[in-house]
Amino acid sequence: MLVTIITLGGFIGFGGSSTLISHLTVFVLACFVGYMVIWNVTPSLHTPLMSVTNAISGIIVIGGMIHLSEKQILLPAIAVLIATINIVGGFLVTHRMLVMFKK
Amino acid sequence: MPEGIITVAYILSGALFILSLRGLSHQETARKGNLYGILGMIIAISATLFAGNTNTLWILIAVMITGGVIGLVVARRVAMTEMPELVAILHSFVGASAVLVGIVSHLEQETKIGSELIIHQIEIVLGVFIGAYTFTGSVIAFLKLRGSISGKPLTMPLRHQLDLLLLFSAGICGFWVFFRYSATAYSASCNNFHCWTSRDSHDYGNWWCRYACSGFHA
Repeated sequence: MLVTIITLGGFIGFGGSSTLISHLTVFVLACFVGYMVIWNVTPSLHTPLMSVTNAISGIIVIGGMIHLSEKQILLPAIAVLIATINIVGGFLVTHRMLVMFKK
Repeated sequence: MPEGIITVAYILSGALFILSLRGLSHQETARKGNLYGILGMIIAISATLFAGNTNTLWILIAVMITGGVIGLVVARRVAMTEMPELVAILHSFVGASAVLVGIVSHLEQETKIGSELIIHQIEIVLGVFIGAYTFTGSVIAFLKLRGSISGKPLTMPLRHQLDLLLLFSAGICGFWVFFRYSATAYSASCNNFHCWTSRDSHDYGNWWCRYACSGFHA
């Protein structure tokens, strides 16, 4: 396990471009943040949490928006459409679930 | 709009997403957490709208308004008992969206060399594979939650070997894409391999191969 990490780190450190290394930094730190943020969730909030993380994963819409240009219209447009459905639907579904918790 | 301000907006929306998840771990802060998530998403999308191509901006806005209306209507009409199914089907949309973005990123390749090309190819291959897997898996989850498919796991006699075979074939497809389009990655001079680097972007056959390989796994 440790050997794998060291060899991978060696490959990336010696051969990787600076953008790769900076993206990798963000990725590794984000993994830790995500792990620790949801460690202490009360079980009753598991379903709304699943719903909100699903809505946040709709951030893929940014990828579709960046690629939409005069040459590529159809595929990015479909990607943006279904990702937006997910975002709006996801946050609204979470809101409906959370409203049930009001005392 | 300068690129620096866009990046700062992304940092802000990332922080808001983290605060959103933290808010949803306790009941008192749960609704504020949802609001942070919405705010973060609005900031990220607005920043990208300002940074993008202004000719096709109207297509983007029209598509997003359509998607927003569909999402609003669907989420309002669903009964509370059907929520998990709705979350499953929405998640399949995200998987499909990831596959489409990966394919477009492949079709729109700019010339890269060396390690950047390798990373680009790996990202596209992984994105399409995981996205396709997410899509079909979530659709199966939706159908099982609805009751259209039985909740019992499908236990075929050779299922582990079949899974390995599917994973292996998806890997073959991935390597094929990787080497077909990045011969320059492992030859320092492009001259010897210039016949390989003709980026024939109408090569859809391979994408259906990978999609089908990951689709049957569910």
